[in-house]
Amino acid sequence: MQLIVDHLSLQYNKGLSTEVKALDDVNLVINEGDFIGLLGHTGSGKSTLVQLLTALLEPTSGTIYFEGEDIFDKSYDRRKLRSKVGLVFQYPEHQLFEENVFEDVCFGPRNLGLDRKSVELRAYEALKKVGMPDELFYQSPFDMSGGQKRKAAIAGVLAMKPEILILDEPTAGLDPQGRDEILGLLRKMHDEDGITIILVSHSMEDVANYVNRIVVLDSGKLLYDDKPRAVFANYKKLEEIGLSAPKVTYVMDALRASGIEVPEDIITIDEAAQAIIKALS
Amino acid sequence: MIRDITIGQYYQTESVIHRMDPRFKIIATMVFIISIFIFTNPYIYIVASVFLGICIALSRVPFKFMVRGLKSVVMLILLTVIFNMFFIQGEPLFHIWKITISKEGVETAAYMAVRLIILIIGSSIMTLTTTPNQLTDGLESVMKPLKLFRVPVHEIAMMMSIALRFIPILMEETDKIIKAQTARGASFEDKNMIKRVKSLVPVLVPLFVSAFRRASDLAMAMEARCYRGGDGRTKMKPLKYHRVDFVGYVVIIIYFACIIFTGIYAHYLPFGEGL
Repeated sequence: MQLIVDHLSLQYNKGLSTEVKALDDVNLVINEGDFIGLLGHTGSGKSTLVQLLTALLEPTSGTIYFEGEDIFDKSYDRRKLRSKVGLVFQYPEHQLFEENVFEDVCFGPRNLGLDRKSVELRAYEALKKVGMPDELFYQSPFDMSGGQKRKAAIAGVLAMKPEILILDEPTAGLDPQGRDEILGLLRKMHDEDGITIILVSHSMEDVANYVNRIVVLDSGKLLYDDKPRAVFANYKKLEEIGLSAPKVTYVMDALRASGIEVPEDIITIDEAAQAIIKALS
Repeated sequence: MIRDITIGQYYQTESVIHRMDPRFKIIATMVFIISIFIFTNPYIYIVASVFLGICIALSRVPFKFMVRGLKSVVMLILLTVIFNMFFIQGEPLFHIWKITISKEGVETAAYMAVRLIILIIGSSIMTLTTTPNQLTDGLESVMKPLKLFRVPVHEIAMMMSIALRFIPILMEETDKIIKAQTARGASFEDKNMIKRVKSLVPVLVPLFVSAFRRASDLAMAMEARCYRGGDGRTKMKPLKYHRVDFVGYVVIIIYFACIIFTGIYAHYLPFGEGL
C-alpha cells in the first residue's frame, strides 16, 4: 500500500484571466505507516492536493498511483479507492445529515455494500474508537458540541476502515482540550492500528508534537518534504511563505542569542524544558 | 458543473461599462430587451447583435464568460424551438412521420432562439459588469415610484441583495458537501430514479441546516447593528450620475431610434419584401 504522486499539476480556470496554478508539478511518495503533517499558507494547494488524493478532483497533468494502479484511469474503481483512502473535511457540518450519530456513521460502510450487521458493527467500533460516549450514540448530530461533531465526522470515515486517513484541519475552531483529544486520538490510531495519517494543519505546535514527517507546499509547489526537525530548522524561509516554526524554536533562538547554550533542533515544549534544565545546571 | 453558472456573477475588470451607474445599466437593459421584442424581422437582430457586440467589446469581459452563462439555459432554448417548430401551423414545408413542419413554425422558432440568446447575453452583460450590491441599489432606486402603491421597495431590494450574496456561498457549500459525501462512498449517478433522488438527501440536509444557520446569524448581526428597515436610511455610497451615464442615455436612445427605424422601413432594405 503506497500512494505515489507523480508530476501532479492542476490549474483552475484554465485559459481565463483568473487562471490559477493550484498545484505545480508535485512529486511525493506516501509510505505505509507515515504520519505526515501537510503545511502551507491559505491557497498553497493543500486542500487541492488532498482532494486529488481521493480522486475528488481531476488533475490537469500528472497522476497518482495507489497500490500500483493509476487512480485517474477511466476503468479504475474510485469507490474502492475511497474505501481505502478516507478524507475528513474541515467542517463536520458538511457531512452530518442523519437523525442520529449512529445512523450517520453507518452511511459510509453502507455505501460499501456491506450487510446490515457488519455495517452496524463497524459503526459501533468506529464510535468507540473515537471515544464517543454511549449515551450520545442516538443523539442528533446537530445538537452536539464542536468537538463531538468532529469526532462523529471522523468516526463516519473511520467506519469505512481506511488504510490512509486524511484530515483537513481537524483541530480548527476547537478549544485546547478538544484539540488534544482529537490529536491524541490520531496518534493512537497511527501507533496501535497502523493507519497512515495525513494531517493538514495551520498549527506548527500540533504538527511538531505529533507527526514524523512534514510536507510543505508553497503556491502549489512542493517546498520541503522532511523530518519535522529538518523542516523547522528553515524557519526563516517558512516565515517568508507565511508560516512559522513552533514558538519554542523562537524561545530557544533568543536563549542562544543571549548566551545560553541550547541545541538548535528543538521543536517541542518538553524537549525545550529538558534542554533549559540541562543548560542551566 | 456548478462553476458554469454565470448568472448573477460579477466579473472583475476595469472598463467603461463597469464604471457606469447601475440605474442606467438597468434601464438600458430593459430598453434593449424591449427593442428585440417589438419587431419580428432579421434586420432588427442584426442591429441588436452589432450593438451587443460593441457592448461586449467595451465591457472587456471575455466572450467565453457570456457563452458559459448560455449553457445553463440551452434546454430552455431547445424546448422553445421544438414547441414552436412542431405546433405552429401554416404553409407546410415538409413532413416527418405524422408531424408537419410549417414555414411559419421554423421562422418563429429561429426568431425565438435568436431572441432568447440575445436576451440572455444582453442581461448577462449587466450582471457581469455590476456588483450585486450596485445592482440592488440600482433596482431600489429604479423601483422607487412603486412606493406610491405601497410596494415595500427597500425590503425587496434587501432580500434580493441577500439572496444574490448567498448564491456563490451556497454553491460553494454544495460543492463541498457533495465532495464530503463522495469521500464517504456516496454516488450520485445511479440509473434508478428513486435511488438518485434518495442520494440527494445527504446533500440537501447539511445544505439546509447551514442555510438556516447562516440566515439566523445574519439576522442577529443585522439586529446588532440596529437595522430597522429602509425609512430614513442613508447610503454609504449614494448613486450619482456621471458624464459617461448621460452619454450612455444618448447612445441607448439613438440605438432605440435605429431599431424603430429599421423595424418600420425594413421592407425597403434588400430582401426585405414581405416584412
